[in-house]
Amino acid sequence: MSQTVIKCESVYKIFGENAKKMLEESNGNVDAKTFQEKGCIVGVNNASFEVAKGEMLVVMGLSGSGKSTLLRCISRLTDATGGKIFIEGQDLLELNNKELIELRRNKMGMVFQSFALLPHKTVVENIAFPLQIKGTNTEESISRAMEMVKLVGLDGRENYFPRELSGGQQQRVGIARSLAVEPDIWFLDEPFSALDPLIRKEMQDEFLRLQEKLQKTIMFITHDFDEALKLADRIAIMKDGIIEQLDTPANIVLNPATEYVRKFTEEVPREKVLIIEDVMDASSKDNLGDLKVSKNEIIENVAEKILTQEKLVGVVDSNNNIVGSIKPSKIIDTVFGGRKNGS
Amino acid sequence: MEYLKKYPKLFQWLFLLIVFFALCFAIDVPETYKFIRGQAEFVKDPNQSVYFFLGKEVRYYAFDVFWRLPPLLGWLPIWINDSLFFLMNEWMPMEFWNEDTQEFKTRPLLLEISRNLTSFMTFLIELIREILLGGLETIVAFTSWDFIDAYPWLELPGLPWTIVAAGAAILSYKLSGKGLALFAGLTMIYISIFGQWKPSMQTLSFILVAAPLSFIFGLGLGIAAYKSKRVEKALYPILLVMQTMPQYAVLVPALVLFGVGDHAAVIITMVVAVPPMILLTILGLRAITPEVIEAGRMSGCTNWQLMFKVLIPTARRDILIGVNQVIMVCFSMAVISAFIGAKGLGFNLLLALNQLNIGLALEAGLCISLIAILLDKMSLAWANKQTDYFGNLTFFQRNKNVIFFGASFVIGIILAYVGTFIFKGSFNYLFEIPHNKGISTADFWNKGVDWIFDTFFVYIKAFNTWLIQDVLQPMRALYLRMPAVATLVLAVGAGYLIGGVRSALVVAALTLFIALSPWWDRALVTLYMATFGVVISCLIGFTVGTLCFQNKKSAAFMLGVCDIFQTFPSFVYLIPVMMLFGITDTSVLIAVIVYATIPATRYTIEGLRSVPVGLHEAATMSGVNKFQRLTKIEFPLAFPHMMLGLNQTIVFALFMVIIGAFIGTEDLGQYILKALSDKNGAGIGLTLGICVAFIGLIFDNLIRTWVGKRKKHLGID
Repeated sequence: MSQTVIKCESVYKIFGENAKKMLEESNGNVDAKTFQEKGCIVGVNNASFEVAKGEMLVVMGLSGSGKSTLLRCISRLTDATGGKIFIEGQDLLELNNKELIELRRNKMGMVFQSFALLPHKTVVENIAFPLQIKGTNTEESISRAMEMVKLVGLDGRENYFPRELSGGQQQRVGIARSLAVEPDIWFLDEPFSALDPLIRKEMQDEFLRLQEKLQKTIMFITHDFDEALKLADRIAIMKDGIIEQLDTPANIVLNPATEYVRKFTEEVPREKVLIIEDVMDASSKDNLGDLKVSKNEIIENVAEKILTQEKLVGVVDSNNNIVGSIKPSKIIDTVFGGRKNGS
Repeated sequence: MEYLKKYPKLFQWLFLLIVFFALCFAIDVPETYKFIRGQAEFVKDPNQSVYFFLGKEVRYYAFDVFWRLPPLLGWLPIWINDSLFFLMNEWMPMEFWNEDTQEFKTRPLLLEISRNLTSFMTFLIELIREILLGGLETIVAFTSWDFIDAYPWLELPGLPWTIVAAGAAILSYKLSGKGLALFAGLTMIYISIFGQWKPSMQTLSFILVAAPLSFIFGLGLGIAAYKSKRVEKALYPILLVMQTMPQYAVLVPALVLFGVGDHAAVIITMVVAVPPMILLTILGLRAITPEVIEAGRMSGCTNWQLMFKVLIPTARRDILIGVNQVIMVCFSMAVISAFIGAKGLGFNLLLALNQLNIGLALEAGLCISLIAILLDKMSLAWANKQTDYFGNLTFFQRNKNVIFFGASFVIGIILAYVGTFIFKGSFNYLFEIPHNKGISTADFWNKGVDWIFDTFFVYIKAFNTWLIQDVLQPMRALYLRMPAVATLVLAVGAGYLIGGVRSALVVAALTLFIALSPWWDRALVTLYMATFGVVISCLIGFTVGTLCFQNKKSAAFMLGVCDIFQTFPSFVYLIPVMMLFGITDTSVLIAVIVYATIPATRYTIEGLRSVPVGLHEAATMSGVNKFQRLTKIEFPLAFPHMMLGLNQTIVFALFMVIIGAFIGTEDLGQYILKALSDKNGAGIGLTLGICVAFIGLIFDNLIRTWVGKRKKHLGID
C-alpha cells in the first residue's frame, strides 16, 4: 500500500449542546435514537478509514446520511466531536488556527455543490482568489489563474461574472479555483449534483481526464450511486452517519455488506462495472480454449466474445501469464443472476 | 352559527370593534375637558393636580381615569434633563491637561469627552471645507493663531470652482462613464452659476465627513452584531426605536451634549444614519450561503480576509442599500441640523422657508437634491467597479484620469488667475461665484407662486376650507373623542388577535407609555394626521403601483422615479406644497402624502413582481383573465409584501408629520420644535421622540407579526 494521506480513527460528529459529554459517557456506542431524545443529532458515527495517495474515495449516501458532515470534519470546516483525523500524519484536530490556514492554503482544495463563487469577482479573479489570499502578487496570480482557465476549458470567458455563466461553466470555475494552489488533497462536495444529466456526464468525463493528469488524493461526495461507481477507486456508503460498507466498486456490487447497500446494487448493470478479474475462477487454469482475455477488461466489452465459446476462456494478466479462467455461463450468471429474483 | 365557524377571525374583530365603540359611548367627555392646551403644558393653574415623584413636581389636569390616564410618566422628561445636566456638569470630575493654559484643570469626564469629540469633528469638517473653500482653521489647528498671524500666506486658498467641477466629472467618468460625468459636470456648473457654491460646498464638506463616518460605524457595529449574538441583542431594541424616531427629536439632546454647530450636526447625523446601516449590514451578512463562507475558509482565509474579502463583498447588495440610506439620511439631516447651527444649503433653505421666499428655497432645495443624487450614483458606481487585468494599456491610457485632472487643475488655476484681470475690482467669477451674485431664478418662481395664488386663490381656498372643515376637523375631533381606556383596549385586542399574548403585551406596553406621558392628546393628533396621510398614500401608491406593474417598462420607470424621490431630503417636500397651499394643515398633509406614497408604490410593484412566474402560467392555463389574475393570484400573494410597504408608509408619514411642525401643526412635532429652543428641552424632546417612535413601533409590531404569519401560511419565504 502506498503512503496514507488521510486517516480517520473513530470520528464522531454530534450536533447539539452537551454533545461532547454525552459522547464520552456513551463509550463509543452511539445510538442515534437515544441521542435524539436528548436533543442531539448524530451526524457522523464512528467513521474509520484511510485514503492513500492518489486514490479517489467516493463517499456515497442519501441526503442526511452525514456524508457532507464527514467531509467537513476532515476539512475541519466543523470540528469533529470525537476521534482523530490525520492529514499526512499530522493530527488535524491539534492544529492551531494559523497552522490550519497554512494547511488549507497549500494542501487542500474544495469544490462545492452550489459552486460558492464570489459574485463580485470575475472568473479569473475567482480562480486567483486563493492565490491572492496567500499573498501571491497580482500579476503572478492572474497568470496562474489563466492557466487554470485553460485547463478547465473556459478560455475567452475569463472576464465574465459568475452570474453570466451556465451551471456547468460555474462549476468549472469552482474546480479551477480549488486547483489553483495545486493542492495535494482535493475535496469535492457533490460537485455535479446541481447540473443537468448531460452536462453532468460531460463533467464526470472531464473530471476523470483531469484526475488522470493530476493524480490528486480525492474525497468525492455524491448521492448518485452510478456516479460513485464510475469515478471511484473505493466507495464508502453511508447511512445515518454510519459507514455501511467501504470497498471497491466491484466488491460492493458483488458482495453488498448490508441490506441497505444491496438495494443500491440491484439496479446496477454489472457488466458495465465489473472486470473479468472480479468474476474469474483463479483456481482452474487447465482445459482452456483458444480465446484469452485480459483480466482488466470490463465484462461488457468481452462478453460477446466469451459467450460464443464452449470451452473455458483463459484470463491473462498484462504479461500474458494465465491467472485464471472463466466459464461462458459465468458471464450469464453475472449479468442476469444475483438480482431481485435471481439465484 | 355556520358563519361564525367559517370566519372566526372576522367575528373576533367585530367583537373587538363593538367593545371599542361601546366603551367610547359609555365614557363621557368630562365637562372640564379642553384640548391639549391645558393637559400638557407646564403652566401653573389652581385647577391642576400635583404629585411628586423622585423629587420632581408634576402638574396636570386630572380627569376621569377612563377618559385620560394621569401623566404618571410626567417626571420622566424632567428627570432625563436633570440627569443629562448632572452627567455633563458634575459626574466624575477628573484632572485634564489643558494645552492653552498649560496646567491641569478639573472637568467632568463626559464634558471632556464631548469637547474632544467636538474638536475632532470640527477639525475634519474644516479640513474638507477649507480644501474646497479656503480658510485658516486647519493650519491653526496644527500650529496656533500667532503662527498664522506671522505667516498669513499659509492660509489655504481654496479650489476654484472650475477645478472642483472638473474633478467631480473626471471622478464620475472613472467610476461609471460618460453619463454620470456629464451629470456631475452640469450639477457643479449649475450650483456655481446660480450662486450656491459656498453653501453647497459647506453642505458637501459636512456630508463628506458624516457619511463615511456613519458608514464605518454602521459597518463595524453590523459586523460585531453578526459575530456576537450578545451584541446584537443589546443593539436590537435601540435600532428598532431609532428606525422610527423622528430626526427632529434627537437634535435636542445633541444640543445639550455637543453644543451648537457643524460638529454637533455630524454627530447627530451619525446617530440617525448608523442604525439603518447596521441593520442592512446584518441582513446582508446573514443572507450569505454557508457554502460561500466555507469556500472562503478552504481558500485559507484568515478571519480578517474572510470578513473583508469574502463576506462583505458578497453581501454588497444589502450593504449598498445601507450606503444609499446613509447618504439619504445625511442629506435629510443636512437640512434639519440647520436648526442646531449647521451651515450650508440647509440653513439657506430653512431661512428662505421662514421668510416664505419660495423661489430661494426652491433653488437651495434643488441644489441639495442634485448633490444627493450625484453622491448616491457615485457611491453605487464605485461599489460596482471592475478592474481590467488584460487590457494592454499604455501609460497614458492607464493614467489618463490623473493626467486629465492634473491638466484641469492647472487650467483652473490659470483661469482663476486670468479672472483676476478680467474682473478687476469686482468678484472673480472664475474663482468662486459668491452667494447671491449668480443667476437667480428666485424672482421668477416667486412671481409664479404669486400668479398661482392670484389666479387660483379662490379654488385653492375653497378646497382648503372644504378639506379642513369637512374632513380634517371632524376626523381630528373623532380621534380626540377616543377615551384612553377604549384606545388601550383596541390596541391590545388587535395585538392579541394578530400575534397572541406576546404581541398584545408589547403593544400594551408601548401604548401605555404614550398614554402615561403628558402628551396623549398630542399623540392622538399626530396619529390622526398620519392616518389621513397613510390612507391616501396607500390608495395612491397601491393604485399607481398596480397600474405600472401591468407593463415592465413602466414598472422599471416608476421604481426609478421612487429612487430619485427618495433621495430628496424630506424638507424639500415642504417647498412646493407651501408654494400652493401656504401655511396650513393641508400643506403638511399633502407633503406627507407625496412623501409616504413612495414606499407604498415601491413595495406594491416589488410585491407584485415577486409572484412566481410558474403561478402566472398556471393561472393563465386555468383561463383567468387579467383582472381575475390580479385579484385571485397576484394580490393575495403580493399582499404580505405590500403590508411591509404599509409599514414603511407609516414610518415615512410620521416623519413628515413631525417635520410638518415647521409649518405649524398642533401635534407632538410642535412640542419637539419648541423644545429645540428651550434650555431644558432635552428631556422633553427625547421623550416626545420616543412617543412618536412608539406610535410607529406599535404598527410595526402588528404589521410584521401579521406578515410573518401570513407568509408562513402562504408558504413563501
